[in-house]
Amino acid sequence: MSIDRRSFFKALGVTGVTLAAGSRLNASPSAANKDEFYGMLYDSTRCAGCQGCEFACADAHGLPAPNFEDVPVAGTLRKTDETRRTVINAYQTSKGDIYVKRQCMHCNDPACTAACLTKAMFKNEQGPVSWRGNKCMGCRYCMVSCPFDIPKFEYHSPNPKIEKCDMCFDRLKEGLKPACAEQCPTEAIVFGTRRELLTEAKKRINDNPGQYHDYIYGEHEAGGTGFLYLSPVPFEELGFNTTLQKSSYPALTKGFLYAVPSIFVLWPALLLGLQQATKNNDKNEEEHE
Amino acid sequence: MSNGNYTAQQATGTKSTWKFILSELKPKGKLLTPFNIISVPIILTGIVLIVIRFWKGIGSITNLTQEVPWGLWIGFDVVTGVAFAGGAYVITFMVYILNMKKYHSIVRVTVLNGFLAYLFYAGALLLDLGRPWNVINPIIGNSFGTSSVLFLVAWHFLLYMIAELIEFSPAVAEWLGARKAQKILSGMTLGAVIFGITLSTLHQSGLGALFLMAKDKIHPLWYSEFIPIMFFVSSIFAGLSMVIFEGSISHRVFSDQISESNQKGHHNIIHSLSKICAVAMFAYFTLNVLVFVHEKRWSLLNSPMGYWYLTEMLGFVLLPMILFFMSYRKRNITLIKVASLMTMAGIILNRLNISVIGFKWDAVNHYYPSWMEITVTLAVIFTEIWIFRWVIRRMPVLRETPGWNSDK
Repeated sequence: MSIDRRSFFKALGVTGVTLAAGSRLNASPSAANKDEFYGMLYDSTRCAGCQGCEFACADAHGLPAPNFEDVPVAGTLRKTDETRRTVINAYQTSKGDIYVKRQCMHCNDPACTAACLTKAMFKNEQGPVSWRGNKCMGCRYCMVSCPFDIPKFEYHSPNPKIEKCDMCFDRLKEGLKPACAEQCPTEAIVFGTRRELLTEAKKRINDNPGQYHDYIYGEHEAGGTGFLYLSPVPFEELGFNTTLQKSSYPALTKGFLYAVPSIFVLWPALLLGLQQATKNNDKNEEEHE
Repeated sequence: MSNGNYTAQQATGTKSTWKFILSELKPKGKLLTPFNIISVPIILTGIVLIVIRFWKGIGSITNLTQEVPWGLWIGFDVVTGVAFAGGAYVITFMVYILNMKKYHSIVRVTVLNGFLAYLFYAGALLLDLGRPWNVINPIIGNSFGTSSVLFLVAWHFLLYMIAELIEFSPAVAEWLGARKAQKILSGMTLGAVIFGITLSTLHQSGLGALFLMAKDKIHPLWYSEFIPIMFFVSSIFAGLSMVIFEGSISHRVFSDQISESNQKGHHNIIHSLSKICAVAMFAYFTLNVLVFVHEKRWSLLNSPMGYWYLTEMLGFVLLPMILFFMSYRKRNITLIKVASLMTMAGIILNRLNISVIGFKWDAVNHYYPSWMEITVTLAVIFTEIWIFRWVIRRMPVLRETPGWNSDK
C-alpha cells in the first residue's frame, strides 16, 4: 500500500515537472539550435541612405509608399509607425554622417511574444516574429513590453492591426529573401541564419579593425536578437539604447509565473486549515471560562 | 420594503417571480437627487463617446500614442480599480476563514462592491481592446499564451468574478424568496471564498507583474522586481480604505436599511479595520524603503520625479499610516476617514505613477488623458454606483436577512 502511494506521488511529480517544462520549451526555440534560425545583418558602413528598403517594404506589405520629401536628415528622428515598418535615419557622428535602418529586431526570446496572451505575436521556428490578426485582441501589451518600441497600433481604425516588420515571412515561405535585403543596392543588408551572420560580422570586424567599432549590436542585447548591427562608431552615437539588459526580457516575469502553481497548491490548503482551526472559536472560549 | 414581501413571494409560483422581478426594475426613491442630476448626463455622454470609439477607433477619443499604449482606462479603471476591490478578499478572509463574526455585517456589501468593480472594470477593459471580438481567444481555442502574465490576469478576472458571484448569490436567492437555492448557494460560500482569496493573491500581484517587462520604460524609482509583492500588500490597505470610505457613505445614504445594532457596531468595525491598514501600510512602507536603500537610489531623488516620489511615499503612505496608528488610541472616526481618503489618493498616485505618469516619463510627447477618456471613466463609475444602489435597495445586503434564513 505504501509503495502504491509512493509511486502515485512519483507519478504526480513527474507529471507536474513535465507540464512545467513543457510550457517552458514551447516558449522559445530550444537552446540547441539557438543560432540556426534566420536573421539579418545590417552594416551601416555600407548603407547609402537611399531608402530603397523603405520603398520595397511598403510595396511588399501593401503600405503607402514613402513620401519623396521625407528623407533622412541628421538631427530629425524618423520613427516607424502604423504605415511604415522600417525607416532609415541619419546621425551626425565622430566619423561623419551615418545612416541607420530601424525595424523589428526579431529577438531570440521576444518580450512581445511572451506578453501575448493569445499567441498572436509569434516567434516562428525560422526566426521571424510575426503577428496573427485572427488571434490578436488588441490589448497592446506587446507594445508595453517591447524594449525597442516596435509594435505599432492603428489607433484610428475600428478594426485595428498591429504593424511591425515580420522579416517578410510570406516571402520566406516561398523561398525568397526579405524585400529590403533583396532591394538593397549596396548590400548593407545581408540575410542568412544567425550563426552565418555572426561569423560574417566578426570576420568583417577582424578584417577591417579600423573601419568598425568592435561590437555587434544584437549579439547579446535582450538575450540576443535576429537582427544584428555593425557600425563604425560606438552605438550610443547612432541612437541605440546600449543600456538594455543582456538577458532576455521574458526572464523578468519567470519568477512570478513559476510562483503561481505553488500558491495555487499552498493557499487553499493553508486557508482550509485556518478555517478548520478557528471554526469552533466560540465554543472553546466558553469551555475555558 | 419589509420582510413581509418575502413571505408573500414564497407562497406563489414562478410566474409571479417574473412579475416580482419586473416590479423591482422600477426605480425607487426620488429621481431628482443631486447624484442623479450629475450622473445621468455624464453616463449619456459616455455612451455617445463609446459609440464613436467603436465606429472610428480608439484614437478618435483617446490621447494614446505609439509609445504610451496604455492610458487612463487601463491605469485607473483596471489597475487602480482592482486594487480598491481588494477589500472583498480581505473581509471574506476574516469572516469565513478566521471566523471573525464581528465583520459579518459588512461582508455582503463588500463582496457586492468587489463584484461590481470587477464587472465594470473588466467591461472598461473591453473598451480599450482594439479587437474585442477576439477577447474569447485566451479562454477557448488553442491560443493559450501561457507565458503571458496577462493570460493569468485575464483568467483570474473571469474566475474571480464567478467566485464573488457565488459568494453574493445567497442574497439574490433571499431576494427572490428561493429557500432551497439559498441553502445550496450558502453551502458553496466557503469553497468560493478559498478559491477567491487564492485568485486575488495571484492577480493583485499579477497586475504588478504585468509591468516587469517594461523595465526600461518605467521610472527607476517605481520599477523594481518587487512590484508584484508591492501590489499585493498595497491591495490590502487599498481595499480596506475603500471599505471604510464606502461604509461611511452607505451608512448615511442607506441608513434606513441598517439595523440599530449594526449601526452601533459599525464604528467598532471601522476602528479595527484601521488597525489592519496601519500595519499593512507599515509593511508596505518598509518594503519600499528596503528596495530604495538596497538599490542605492539616493541620486534619483533630486529631480522633479524624485520630489514626486517623495510626495507619494511620505505624503500619501507614511502620513496616513501615522494617522491610522494615532487612531489606535484616540478612537477618532473622523481621523480614520481622513486617513482612508489619503490612502486611497496614495493608491491612485502609485498605480498611475507606474502605469501612466512614470511610464515613458522621458518621452518627448507626454500622454495626458483627453476629456473624453475621463468622461467615459466617470460614466463607468457612475453606472456602477447606479447598479450598486439598485441592488442595495432591493436585496438583503445591508439589512438583516429574512427570518427563514437558516444561517442566522
